Amino acid sequence: MSEQLLQLLFSGLTLGSIYALMALALVTTFNISGVMNLAQGEFAAIGALLAVTLSGAGIPLPASFAAAVIMVAAAGGIMERAAIHPARGASGLTLILITIGLSISLRGLALLVWGTDTYSLPPFSRGGPLFIGGAALNLQSLWVMGLVAAAVTGLHFFLNGTYTGKAVKASVINRTGARLVGINVGTVSFWAFVGSGALGAAAGIFIAPIAMAVYDMGFMLGIKGFVAAAIGGLNNAAGAVLGGLLLGVLEAYGAGLVSSGLKDAFAIIVLMSILLVRPEGILGALGERKI
Amino acid sequence: MKPAAGWEKTCSVFIFRGVMKDGYEHGRQERGVSMKGKGNYLVIALVLLLFVLPLVVDSNYILSVLIIMGLYTIVVQGLGILMGYAGQVSLGHAAFFGLGAYSVAVLTTRLSWPEVFALLGAAVVPGIIAAVIGRPTLKLRELYLAMGTLGFGLLVHIGFNEAHSLTGGPSGMSGIPYLTLGHLVLDTDFKFYYLVWAVVLLVMLVIKNLTASRTGRALRAVSESEYAAESVGIDTAGLKLKAMVFSAVLAGLAGGLYAYYVTFVSPATFGFHASVQFVLMAVVGGPGTLAGPAAGAALVVALGEFLRWLIPLIIPGAGGEYEIIFFGLILAVVMVLCPRGLGTISSYFPRFSGEGSTKPAGVLPDIKDKGGIP
Repeated sequence: MSEQLLQLLFSGLTLGSIYALMALALVTTFNISGVMNLAQGEFAAIGALLAVTLSGAGIPLPASFAAAVIMVAAAGGIMERAAIHPARGASGLTLILITIGLSISLRGLALLVWGTDTYSLPPFSRGGPLFIGGAALNLQSLWVMGLVAAAVTGLHFFLNGTYTGKAVKASVINRTGARLVGINVGTVSFWAFVGSGALGAAAGIFIAPIAMAVYDMGFMLGIKGFVAAAIGGLNNAAGAVLGGLLLGVLEAYGAGLVSSGLKDAFAIIVLMSILLVRPEGILGALGERKI
Repeated sequence: MKPAAGWEKTCSVFIFRGVMKDGYEHGRQERGVSMKGKGNYLVIALVLLLFVLPLVVDSNYILSVLIIMGLYTIVVQGLGILMGYAGQVSLGHAAFFGLGAYSVAVLTTRLSWPEVFALLGAAVVPGIIAAVIGRPTLKLRELYLAMGTLGFGLLVHIGFNEAHSLTGGPSGMSGIPYLTLGHLVLDTDFKFYYLVWAVVLLVMLVIKNLTASRTGRALRAVSESEYAAESVGIDTAGLKLKAMVFSAVLAGLAGGLYAYYVTFVSPATFGFHASVQFVLMAVVGGPGTLAGPAAGAALVVALGEFLRWLIPLIIPGAGGEYEIIFFGLILAVVMVLCPRGLGTISSYFPRFSGEGSTKPAGVLPDIKDKGGIP
């Protein structure tokens, strides 16, 4: 029994790492540009599918990974310039409807290109799973968790250790103030979308060997990223990561011990209860803005 | 989520002016029957056309498309009240549509209720659910409300899939009887067409009277600014709840009629894409107008049918729901260029703007830069 619980914990943390990455990208973009990008999950789906196609064409995995990430990052940038930038200053609802429209279009395009088949990538490293306390831990899971650690450290170093990062931080804290001291807030928002495209694609590719890639995988990933971000309070990168891991574990236990058909329902019930009871998130405080 | 206090002060003047102007325009509409003039003939012509169409057109396909347009018009009329007048968005309206359809399916096949009572149930059940979830949900603003309604829609959709014993799970329920009114069995598209469009016209009449009433003006004020509306003594929370329940009842009614029309329900029809499609219809037509929802529903359904015909011609063997590519793009483009809905375009051409298209009060309160991130 305890082995089963440990096994569920491992798979929960793996899944939760992906939610954490989605949430991290969502929270960063949201705080920089004011847009809750519901097309974030689509970045992961298209990234994974692109990597599958490229590596299927004989390109080595690292090269196809890089190419897919770059392409999706470019798509994120184009999206910001074409649809988000012209509507800047519009209400949050207008912006969210724009991203919903874009996400549906991207999903339709993915359906057109890749159909309804599921695809898989080979694991990044060879070798059987590690056995810890009688439960198996896939090597790919370690890769996924490593990506979360790398993303969090990278973001932390970027924001606190570099000049550009401090400019980004300034435009989060006070947009007008940042503009006054000569920071181009529009450019910052553009790079936020490029970055979240890259991060989303990387997350999608890292999970593809475990969870399969399919054209509509992005929708629930995006929603769960939002739930994870809401757990953290939408303005807190650390909270978003923690929220993602919590949600993944909760889902794994819920699906494993209660009912696998209700797997997606748990996330939504968490979302509804947070929205209704504590909209500032479990960790966040309203009004405080930071990443 | 509260805008800065300074913003409120500077804007409230304009908001009050907006509220008063709208009230004035409505007053003029109520008094001035003569103002209708040309618009009135157009309405009569359209109603006549609707009446004559099935007598002339001898195609079950076209009739079925027109019936679907009518059913969606009913849903979008309700959504238009919620978005255009109460200033709220619902990304889960397909859930109410589905609850109506499943109410009819369960009440007729499992409990063998008489058809008319089951249809009544289809309107009442979503209404009650909207009243229950509406009170806490409508407290949420903007982003949170959007995500809350989206979550509700997904939850109901999962419920349809998982409650096998009640709903039949993913394969759905069949064997729903035809609707019988007295001795009239509505078993053909021809008969059903007249029923659906009679309901559409009735709903539009009710909404026309509602929006010209005190409640309608109060709703408009709420969509302009909740703060201003509250400060003149309008019970904004109560009104928004009423709008929510009203739109859920309409969606449920349409869902019930849908179940009687196709005599089969399955969860696939009531997912997130359907909710987005309803929002798209409302946005394309311009929520907050009377003709907008009908035009939006007609346009989107017609475009969907056209694309379903066109896409397999361009890409042989294509059989998926590729039309969502275009629907998504249209939604994004409309929201970028014209966030108050395409219906507002008519207000740039005063001569053509019909009676319903006084300035729609905006889906989405478009106040610039409320101090950055909420």
